[in-house]
Amino acid sequence: MNSRIIIINVIRWFLLLFVQIFLLKNMGFYDLSTPFIYVLFLLLLPFGIPNILLYLLAFGTGLTLDAFYDTMGVHATACVVLAFVRISFISISLNRDAIDDPEPSLSYMGFQWFSLYAFLCVVAHHLVLFFLETFRLTEIGYTLMRCGLSCIFTLLIILLVEFIFYRRTPR
Amino acid sequence: MRNLWIFISRYNAFFLFIIFFTVGIYLTVKNNSYQRSVTLNSSNEVVGTAYERLNVFKRYLNLGIVNDSLAAENAKLKSQLLGLTTVDTTKEVQVIDTVTNQQYSYLAAKVVKNSITLRNNVMTINKGTVDGIKSGMAVIAPQRGVVGFIRDVSAHLATIQSLLHKDTKISVTLKKNHVLGSLVWGDGNFDIKKAFVKEVPNHIKMYVGDTIVTSGFASFPAGILVGKISKANVATNDNFLSAELNLFTDFSTLQYVYVVKDKKAEEQKALESIAKPNE
Repeated sequence: MNSRIIIINVIRWFLLLFVQIFLLKNMGFYDLSTPFIYVLFLLLLPFGIPNILLYLLAFGTGLTLDAFYDTMGVHATACVVLAFVRISFISISLNRDAIDDPEPSLSYMGFQWFSLYAFLCVVAHHLVLFFLETFRLTEIGYTLMRCGLSCIFTLLIILLVEFIFYRRTPR
Repeated sequence: MRNLWIFISRYNAFFLFIIFFTVGIYLTVKNNSYQRSVTLNSSNEVVGTAYERLNVFKRYLNLGIVNDSLAAENAKLKSQLLGLTTVDTTKEVQVIDTVTNQQYSYLAAKVVKNSITLRNNVMTINKGTVDGIKSGMAVIAPQRGVVGFIRDVSAHLATIQSLLHKDTKISVTLKKNHVLGSLVWGDGNFDIKKAFVKEVPNHIKMYVGDTIVTSGFASFPAGILVGKISKANVATNDNFLSAELNLFTDFSTLQYVYVVKDKKAEEQKALESIAKPNE
């Protein structure tokens, strides 16, 4: 069971980063909306993961992305913020002792919880990402618009992927 | 200690977040030239604005002192004017003479930038070639005291190599007996209120409290008050004496200065630069 989770996550990591780097990197609507689907990997890490491991994975994933995007540190920082939001949201919304689901995916947690969870995490990630990229407040309107549109795009794709791999589980 | 450890481990998510976030930001700023330049520029901007504000504030604080000095100077000028008008009314011919032969004229300028903390201090004033300022002109303080020489001139600005500079040397004399010396600052002295008179011949007796004035041999007019001796007859290794003096100029509150225009400066320079072949 444990090794299965690890293998699934490793495969997911490679798959999502492959799609992100070789497909979605070249996509975008008028430089306004760029999806960052790789955050799904961080969203779907199992519940029981220790915080330090989560942060390390987030940081490492971000750095890998940075290496391909030539933006050293930007994605890493955004992923760390996402990890923090993830931990906070899970600890607030769920009772820690009563979690018996393996991972926070759509199939286990239901649409309502998962969409709110994904929304908060993605918004935090994108805000940090775009503001670190522009690194100034003068173009705040344009940055916010890019951020908002990209959030919508990313969320759409994340929900789409989750519905594709939806497994009806007995609850 | 135990409680601290419990506290940290309980909120480990937050502390880990802080650590990783800092590392991320550090990497971003360090490795991306654009972000780095923005950070540097904005921090420079912040520092610059802060200094600007501080300067406004400081000027306000110094207002009293500046006022006093202006009032004193007004009084002085008025008394001089009085003297001139009396000469005017009595001997008309002399007036024309004094006006045409007037060697020095003064131009007031505002100090735009001042520094007193460095080894070599340079000021900037808001008058330049447009106002007839040339390199090498003498600059004096409003009330009494010397400031330095004009160094570089642009159209509307000029820099002053202030007395607080290791290369500045001003020819001075003792007021009571006209013994020559040269005024320098530095030499291990970083006090902006002190300077030294060097190269005073050994047989001269100086006393604490003696007044030092400019000699008039360089571009400074003769008789401008420089300072009072605070430590006399300091023996040096050479055959001259030196003295420490308290300057009259307060460089820390200087806001207005007078540039001395010497009408005969160029003539004098040209004359002195004619080199004799046998010299």
